[in-house]
Amino acid sequence: MTEHKRFGKHARRLYRILIVICTLALIAAVVVYYIFSEKDQVETVTETRAPEDPEAIENGIHLRTGLKVAAGYREVINNCTACHSASLVTQNRMDAKGWKATIKWMQQTQNLWDLGEQEETIIQYLVANYPVEDKGRREPLKDIEWYRLEGK
Amino acid sequence: MERRNFIGNFSLAALGSALGAEIIYGSLMPEGYTPLGLQDPDPFTLFKKDSGMVVLNDRPWNIEARAHLLDDWITPNKFMFIRNNGLVPENVDPASWTLKVSGEAVIQSKSYTLAELKQRFPRHTYQLTLECGGNGRSEFNPPASGNQWTVGAVSCAEWTGVRLRDVLEDAGLGDNAVYIGYHAADSHLSRDPGKEPISRGIPVSKALQDETLLAFAMNGSDIPLVHGYPLRLVAGGYPASVSGKWLHTISVRDRVHDGEKMGGSSYRVPCEPVEPGSSVPDDAMCIIESMPVKSLITFPRSGAMIKKGDNLAIRGHAWAGEQEVSRMEYSIDFGQSWKACRLEKPVNRFAWQHFSANLAFPGRGYYEIWAKATDSGGLAQPMVLPGWNPKGYLNNACHRIAVKVT
Repeated sequence: MTEHKRFGKHARRLYRILIVICTLALIAAVVVYYIFSEKDQVETVTETRAPEDPEAIENGIHLRTGLKVAAGYREVINNCTACHSASLVTQNRMDAKGWKATIKWMQQTQNLWDLGEQEETIIQYLVANYPVEDKGRREPLKDIEWYRLEGK
Repeated sequence: MERRNFIGNFSLAALGSALGAEIIYGSLMPEGYTPLGLQDPDPFTLFKKDSGMVVLNDRPWNIEARAHLLDDWITPNKFMFIRNNGLVPENVDPASWTLKVSGEAVIQSKSYTLAELKQRFPRHTYQLTLECGGNGRSEFNPPASGNQWTVGAVSCAEWTGVRLRDVLEDAGLGDNAVYIGYHAADSHLSRDPGKEPISRGIPVSKALQDETLLAFAMNGSDIPLVHGYPLRLVAGGYPASVSGKWLHTISVRDRVHDGEKMGGSSYRVPCEPVEPGSSVPDDAMCIIESMPVKSLITFPRSGAMIKKGDNLAIRGHAWAGEQEVSRMEYSIDFGQSWKACRLEKPVNRFAWQHFSANLAFPGRGYYEIWAKATDSGGLAQPMVLPGWNPKGYLNNACHRIAVKVT
């Protein structure tokens, strides 16, 4: 009888431990899933998500804005990203005349302030770091991601 | 025992911090505060866009599709491009939203609540192709300034609303009416309340077309906020910028509307063709009306490798502004020879048309499939860039995809 009781007690303890282990495993699985699914999500938006240090630089790129780090990039951040994203700058390729005209248009119609002496610094930075390339009348197809497709 | 404790502590701590982040976030949130806001850096979640969409600009939001994402006959929200000029309005209240019809050439200025618009006028549903005037800008040489769209700033969704004509006739069009201009609730990037980001319009003749809608639904649901909720002007066949989002006023004008982005080089091209790179004075620029004939191969995605001897089924869509597409062809030899595609009629005017073809290749190698649509006026897509213009509009050069036969 006491042997039986002792066994029962022992079995219940094992049973309880088993429940605890299973519960922990379940929680761990949920946490792992949460962490990994969130990681996936974050990866899809790394282009636009600001790093923790807003002025962090990696491989010559100012991470928050995507601007190339070179003489004049601070002036670009300070004057050109108050209204619009820096991606509107980095997407574009213009010569000095084109940037000057764009700045003038922004001053006349978009509330851009007088840039003073910084205007020349900004234009020089843009022309040097985002130079115009001759694309001709039609470029070859680029950056092709090859994949196997089953035909019929 | 030690191990179990460790795991237990780790799990609980991890769970606590994971859940805690949200709980703390929630409890600190002031009442009425929009938690993620409209400048949230994750547009895919915020706007429910597919992760394959490409963000060109995050302030203002400009996001485009890729050709293979546009395979659906009716474009779902997740693949619809976003082109914003300003900041998305916050706190839109559909119950208090009104549309005002005013201007020099209206007989009686009137205001309509959304409920009145829906109750008083018959509803119509059309599939309407909306293409950004600058779609394809990235190819221009010398480069044109602005968002560098490749091919994905086009959609054809199903829009439901009332006819602009019915509402204009209710208010009364004066004999002097020549244009309508829209005004909307988005804010200027500088947040200057005195400035509008964009206020464009259409000639009265376009405003009176059956398919020109004051739309309140897209693909059978409320229009998504970023696409113009709760009311959007939708006029297919013209640059999509005439289809004003977050619409609160229609101004019936006795002159060509002179709102923001109606002048200068905005949505205008040289009236006479110019040499690439030219400076063009404002008075030599003309407003873009009908968009040109164009097509996209939406299947397969560029880069397909198939086995020698296999055929390849291709498909896509074609559209032609105010015209219809009358012929669709493909070439696998860089335009030396062209073969016909099957081409569907549009379900209604301004809906894009679907094409398909079954291709055979003569042997192994690298091929490009080129697609060429011809409109009902006999104009076809060019193989190289069409006329250069300062802002890089109207690039309807044929779409190309790469294929390897191995």
